[in-house]
Amino acid sequence: MDDMDFIELDGVEKVFDVRRKTGFMRRERREVRAVDGISFRVPRGEMVGYIGPNGAGKSTTIKMLTGILTPSGGRLRVAGIDPSRERTKLAHRIGVVFGQRTTLWWDLPLRDSYRLMHRMYRIPDSRYRENLDRCVELLDLGALLEVPVRQLSLGQRMRGDIAAALLHDPEVLYLDEPTIGLDVISKAKVREFLRDLNAERSTTVLLTTHDLTDIEQLCKRVMVIDHGRLVYDGALAGLHEVGESERTLVVDLERELPPIELGSEPSVRVVKVEGPRQWLAFPASASAAPLVARIAAGYPLVDLSVREPDIESVIAKMYVSDPAL
Amino acid sequence: MAEIQAERTAAPPPVVFSERSRLVEGVRAYGLIVAMWLRSTMAYRASFVMTTVGNFVSTAFDFVTIMLMFAHVDVLGGFTLPEVALLYGTSATAFGLADLVLGSMDRLGRRVRDGTLDTLLVRPVPVLAQVAADRFALRRLGRITQGLLVLGYALVTLDIAWTPVKVLMLPMMVLSGAAIFGAVFVVGAAFQFYAQDASEVQNAFTYGGTTMLQYPPTVFAKDLVRGVTFVVPLAFVSWLPALYVLGRDYPLDLPRWVAGLPPVVAAGCWVLAGLAWRVGLRSYRSTGS
Repeated sequence: MDDMDFIELDGVEKVFDVRRKTGFMRRERREVRAVDGISFRVPRGEMVGYIGPNGAGKSTTIKMLTGILTPSGGRLRVAGIDPSRERTKLAHRIGVVFGQRTTLWWDLPLRDSYRLMHRMYRIPDSRYRENLDRCVELLDLGALLEVPVRQLSLGQRMRGDIAAALLHDPEVLYLDEPTIGLDVISKAKVREFLRDLNAERSTTVLLTTHDLTDIEQLCKRVMVIDHGRLVYDGALAGLHEVGESERTLVVDLERELPPIELGSEPSVRVVKVEGPRQWLAFPASASAAPLVARIAAGYPLVDLSVREPDIESVIAKMYVSDPAL
Repeated sequence: MAEIQAERTAAPPPVVFSERSRLVEGVRAYGLIVAMWLRSTMAYRASFVMTTVGNFVSTAFDFVTIMLMFAHVDVLGGFTLPEVALLYGTSATAFGLADLVLGSMDRLGRRVRDGTLDTLLVRPVPVLAQVAADRFALRRLGRITQGLLVLGYALVTLDIAWTPVKVLMLPMMVLSGAAIFGAVFVVGAAFQFYAQDASEVQNAFTYGGTTMLQYPPTVFAKDLVRGVTFVVPLAFVSWLPALYVLGRDYPLDLPRWVAGLPPVVAAGCWVLAGLAWRVGLRSYRSTGS
C-alpha cells in the first residue's frame, strides 16, 4: 500500500437477497444490487464527499469500508487491510461517526464515555490526554465533560461523538451525515474542526451528507453514487456543470406584478409567482449579484434570498443532461 | 501560509497493541462495559433498589406457589417440600447466575433492527462480549438471592447422608447449570440475527426451562423429560445431580454416573453456542439485516 492508494476499491459489489412475504407461507426472493461494481482510490490525507440519494448505496459502501459488511465481490483495502477479514485490527486505525446513532453513554457524564474508549482501545495514557485536551479545546467541550449525555443538545452530542471517534488517533475518519439536524453554529463548528483535523494531522476523511454546503466548504473532491454505481467523481464545481444545476432567487416585490422580465438574460426565467413573491431560476455557476442589481433597478424590491440546489435535484439534472449515465 | 505548512505534522503512528487471545480480550471488554452499566444504574439509585426488591419479590412468588401446593398435599410426584426446594434452589440459582451474566442478550434483536449493532462492530473487541454486557442489570441479583435462600432452606431441613461426592455435587451443579443456561442464551441470541423477534422462543427454553426444573421430573410426561435430557440438555442443570444427592431414582432409567456429566454437557453446549454465534454473525455481515 502506498499513500496514493490509502483506500482502494476495485469493482466492489454488494448483493442482498431480499425476501418478501407474498402470502401466508410463500416468500418471493429478489436480488438487490446495493453496490454494483464501484472502483475508486482515495490517497492518504484527502477529504472526500460521498453523496447520493437515499438508498443509493452510500451506507452500504461505508459499512464495507469499516468491515461491518462483507462484500459480495470485488477487492477492497483500507490502509492495506481487508476490512471484512481483519475487522478488529482495522478498528484501531479507523474512526466512525454515525450521525443518527450515538456511541456515547446516555446516563453518564461525557468524560466517562471517553474513559471507556481509552481502555477499550488501549490508548497510551499520554496520547489519550493529549488527544482529549485537543478535542475538548477545538470542539468546545470543556463545559460539557461532566454533564450526562442525555442533557446535551444534538449539536453538542455530535461534537462529543466526533471526539470519541478520534481519541485513538485513527488514520481514516468516516462520517455518516455529521451535520444532520444541527443548527447553523454547530454545523460551522463541526466543519471548522474537520478542516483543521485534515490539515494538521492529514487524517483521511470520507463523509456522506445531504448538505451540499458541507461538501462546498470541506471537500475538493466529491463522489456521487446512485443505484449502486459511481456516477460522478471530481470537483464539486464540475458537478454543477455536469448537472447544469440551477439556483433559485426568491424575490419579494412591493406589490403583485406580472412575472419579472429581463430581456437580455435568457438563462434566467421565472418559475413561480405567488402574489408579490416570485421565484427565478438561474445557472448555479453564474453570480447572483448582477442579477439582483438589475432586478433592483427595474422593480420595487423589498426582500430577497438565494437557494442552493439540493443534491437530489443536481443528480436528477445529471440524468436529464446525459441519459447514458 | 508558510506557518501553516510548518505546523502540519505527519499523522502519529497507529497505536501498537499486542495480539491477545480473543477470550481474554472478550472477558476484559465485558468487564469494562459492565462497569459502565453499573455506573449508569447508580445514576438512579432509588430506581435500582426498587427494581432489585421487585425482582426478588416477583421470583419469590414462584416458590410461594409451590408452598401453597404443599399446604394441600404432602408429596408432589413422590417428592416432599424440602426435596422440591433442593430442585428449585439449584435450578433458580443456576438460572439466576446465567441471567445476571448474559440475560440481556435478547436485546440483540432490537439492536439488529435499529442498526445500533453496527456501532459495536466497528470496535476492536469481540462483539459477543459487547452484546453480553449490554444493559447489564445488577437487579438480577434478586433472583439469585431468592434461589440461594430456598437452597439454604432445603439443605437445613433435608436429612441427607452427606458424602464428599455429594458435597462437591452442589457447587458443580450450580456452576455447570449456569453455563448450560448461558449457552442457551447465546444460541437464542444467535438466532435473533435471522429472526429479530425470536427472543420469545429463547424465553421458552430459559425462563420456561427453569420453571420446569423447579418441579420433580416425575410430574412431567416421559417425552418431555426425554426432550430436556437429550435435545436441550436442561435436565443436567439440576434434576440428575440433585436426584443423585437426594438418593432418588433417575427418570428414564439412566445410569447413576450421569450425575457427574453436567460439566461435560456444559462444555459441549458452549462449543455449539460458539458455532451458532459465529454462523449468526457471519450471516448478519453478509446480509446486513
